[in-house]
Amino acid sequence: MNGLSGSAASLGLCACHVCNLVSRVRNPRQAAHCPRCGAYLHARKPGSIASCWAFLIAGYILYIPANLLTMMETGSLISYRKDTIMSGVIHLWKTGSWGIAAVVFIASILIPLMKLVSLTVLLISVQRRSTWEPRQRTRLYRMVELVGRWSMLDIYVVTLLAALVQLGALATVKAGPAAVAFGAVVVLTMLASLKFDPRLIWDPLYKERGHERDAH
Amino acid sequence: MSQPAPLIACHDCDLLQREITLKPGCAATCPRCGAVLYRNATDSINRTLAYAMSAALVFLVANGFPIFAIESQGSLKGITLMGAVHSLWGQDMQAVATVVFITAVVIPALEILSLVYLLLPLRLTMLAPGYNQLLRLLRLAEPWGMVEVFMLGILVSLVKLTSNFRVIPGVALWSFAVLTLLIAAAAASFSTRDVWCCVDRINGRRVAP
Repeated sequence: MNGLSGSAASLGLCACHVCNLVSRVRNPRQAAHCPRCGAYLHARKPGSIASCWAFLIAGYILYIPANLLTMMETGSLISYRKDTIMSGVIHLWKTGSWGIAAVVFIASILIPLMKLVSLTVLLISVQRRSTWEPRQRTRLYRMVELVGRWSMLDIYVVTLLAALVQLGALATVKAGPAAVAFGAVVVLTMLASLKFDPRLIWDPLYKERGHERDAH
Repeated sequence: MSQPAPLIACHDCDLLQREITLKPGCAATCPRCGAVLYRNATDSINRTLAYAMSAALVFLVANGFPIFAIESQGSLKGITLMGAVHSLWGQDMQAVATVVFITAVVIPALEILSLVYLLLPLRLTMLAPGYNQLLRLLRLAEPWGMVEVFMLGILVSLVKLTSNFRVIPGVALWSFAVLTLLIAAAAASFSTRDVWCCVDRINGRRVAP
């Protein structure tokens, strides 16, 4: 690569996270600002691992009430039902809307769980300074970032259905306490994935190669 | 070539490399981790501006008109996005209502407006005041705009409602569909790299490490 090798940080350079300009950081301990856009420069996101863990653990805790409590109460003259996320999916499946049931299942159950587990695996591997499959782990992180937003789906559905109350229709729909917990899970896991710095995956790899070079 | 190509560091793995010139429509990926580093979006600023301006119009329609209407007790009643947020707020769900309001209304509006505010002067080779704060804000706001997820939410609620009600799709339903496409098109053609190149040209400088 044109005589360049290794990470920008190991060469005393730092890319701006806003405008991508690479500039030299004289003293890594001192606060520096990007000469082009004025953003605060940091080689790695500050406090990445600690805040990511904090958001993630909060997400795990709230994932329990989000799945156990009532997401939506539906009442009409002839029927009344309380649905958790899962029972809502089962109800959709039984009434024949298989496609929609699958979409809701993926967005509200599979994606949040996958996000929590993937971020945990990524954090542990980074903390153990693992050099195992960095490319695949980076790809996993990119996928978490890409699909994470879609779990907001159920929150939007509850919002739109809750508007029925306002219409004075015979049927009423009320959002349940799980909506708050689930909304918090989505926001917390998004914050966790934004706080995670994928460049940390590659750092131990580079250090190891550096040691090899020193040994020779 | 008198000056070497500018340096770029991969945002996912921090590998330092030199920029290469791309054919129109192509993207440069990191050789180590496969992340997309930058793309040569054709006519980026003009196209993004066009998409953002039309998105601004469609946004007004999407938020001002009912998404769908329901026939109950012989009369038609429409649901708007703001109405839905309002009734959720009334059900003691202020936190959820705020999240919905921010992700489906505030952030998309902010994104559309700041794109127009940034790019319109840039096209006339001028810099909008506070452009770099705004570009920083755009970067922060970007993951939280969720119009496309809201669009899927509309479709799921339509399916849920049609089993019990006669539902009539409203103007805003189609507007949200168009808005989703326009925002996706604006995001695909927007390139911060082109914006910063333009800014540098106007400022008449070439910042090298």
